[in-house]
Amino acid sequence: MIEVKDLVKTYGSKRAVNGVSFTVQRGDILGFLGPNGAGKSTTMKMITGFLRPNSGSARVDGIDVAVDPVAVKKRLGYLPENAPAYPEMTVEEFLCFIAEVRGFRGPARDGPVDRAVKLTHLEPVRKQSLETLSKGYKQRVGFAQALLHDPPTLVLDEPTDGLDPNQKNEVRTLIKNMASEKAVILSTHILEEVEAICNRVIIISQGRVVVDETPAQLQARQPNARLDEIFRSLTQSDT
Amino acid sequence: MSQVTPVFKREFGGYFRSPVAYVFLCAFLVISVALALSRFGGFFQSGVASMERYFEFFPWLFLFFVPAVGMRLWSEERRSGTAELLFTLPITTLDAVIGKFLAAWAFLTLAIILSFPLAITVGYLGSPDWGVLFCSYAGSILMAGGYLGVCSLTSACTKSQVISFVVSLIACAALLFLGLSAFTNFLEGFLPVGVADAVSNFSFITHFDAFTKGIVDPKDIMFFLSLMGFTLFLNVVTLER
Repeated sequence: MIEVKDLVKTYGSKRAVNGVSFTVQRGDILGFLGPNGAGKSTTMKMITGFLRPNSGSARVDGIDVAVDPVAVKKRLGYLPENAPAYPEMTVEEFLCFIAEVRGFRGPARDGPVDRAVKLTHLEPVRKQSLETLSKGYKQRVGFAQALLHDPPTLVLDEPTDGLDPNQKNEVRTLIKNMASEKAVILSTHILEEVEAICNRVIIISQGRVVVDETPAQLQARQPNARLDEIFRSLTQSDT
Repeated sequence: MSQVTPVFKREFGGYFRSPVAYVFLCAFLVISVALALSRFGGFFQSGVASMERYFEFFPWLFLFFVPAVGMRLWSEERRSGTAELLFTLPITTLDAVIGKFLAAWAFLTLAIILSFPLAITVGYLGSPDWGVLFCSYAGSILMAGGYLGVCSLTSACTKSQVISFVVSLIACAALLFLGLSAFTNFLEGFLPVGVADAVSNFSFITHFDAFTKGIVDPKDIMFFLSLMGFTLFLNVVTLER
């Protein structure tokens, strides 16, 4: 579903992403781990067509982002880091705007908007403007926006960031329930999250993939260590 | 191209979701009318039933007011990160640029048209040449589009609204001063007349003046339209870079 091949992105003289390759199949939840600045967000931005790679390619459903970005964006739901949104709009206005851009016009708009609101439990704040929402609600609005068109692939940049433990759990359940018919990439700093919902882990350090395996295999590297200790030993060169 | 509509709707509605729109409309109308009625404008003293005294300030007013509208077009999106959201939705950069430009242009058009009570006053007090009046309105709207194209472009170049405003102001001022007779006379001092003429042809004033006299010259219309086209093209290039 998502195929990434030798992606390279340089900012000035710095190589933020240095030849990252992986594939994600339908039914996979891929946990994207790495220290800050390792190139997680940059890789995600290239998959979603926001940044152009210096070389390499990203394909979604066999379509190259560089060749037909609009077709790829139609098949993707993307939650950017910090869930940016237009602060002066209400939740409903914002989701209706997304629905219209996604091609749901007129009465066809209400179905997907209602569904997204329900899935992310946004009913209580539906008429509230986004600038008045708490971080948790804002994050959920971003999530609702990404799910609105029921995309076959989801790219989520730190979806549980800023949520309280209950909300985190809820979002994880939501992702898990959808996973059977979708390909999901999510980046996170929380290692338990990977254990809880992901069936694959990629650890990226200094722009390179250092680990691509199942959480069980990762644990098996050092059977008696905690995941964060393994993580630290693998990414030490970064700090 | 069907994606232009939602972008336009969101952007245009956005003006009215915050106090920005109302503050802007009031300020623009109060200042423009006050200038015309003041002794600099001499709206009543001239004793002519026309709005020429009102429109003659427009190139100068737009110098400040259009950058105020245009500065947030892209700077704000880039600063708050919503650009990332917008450009990962299935729309092309061109759709987004056109949608946002048209929304801001429609807003400026609204500001210009809301001066209609002054036109009614003129009609009540005398018998103005309505053709000239409509021409002036059309010219003002076209000129606003020209200014806005420049502002939209500078706004795409920076995350800071302040920088965007100042650079827009300078760019628009340059395009304005090229047409002042004092400046063209100065140029003619050391340049061949043909070259000086060509330079002054890039000015807003040169092309706007004809409209306020009721002359619709295709070359003036083409000037404003091609200025918009050119700046919006550069705008797309800047954003895709």
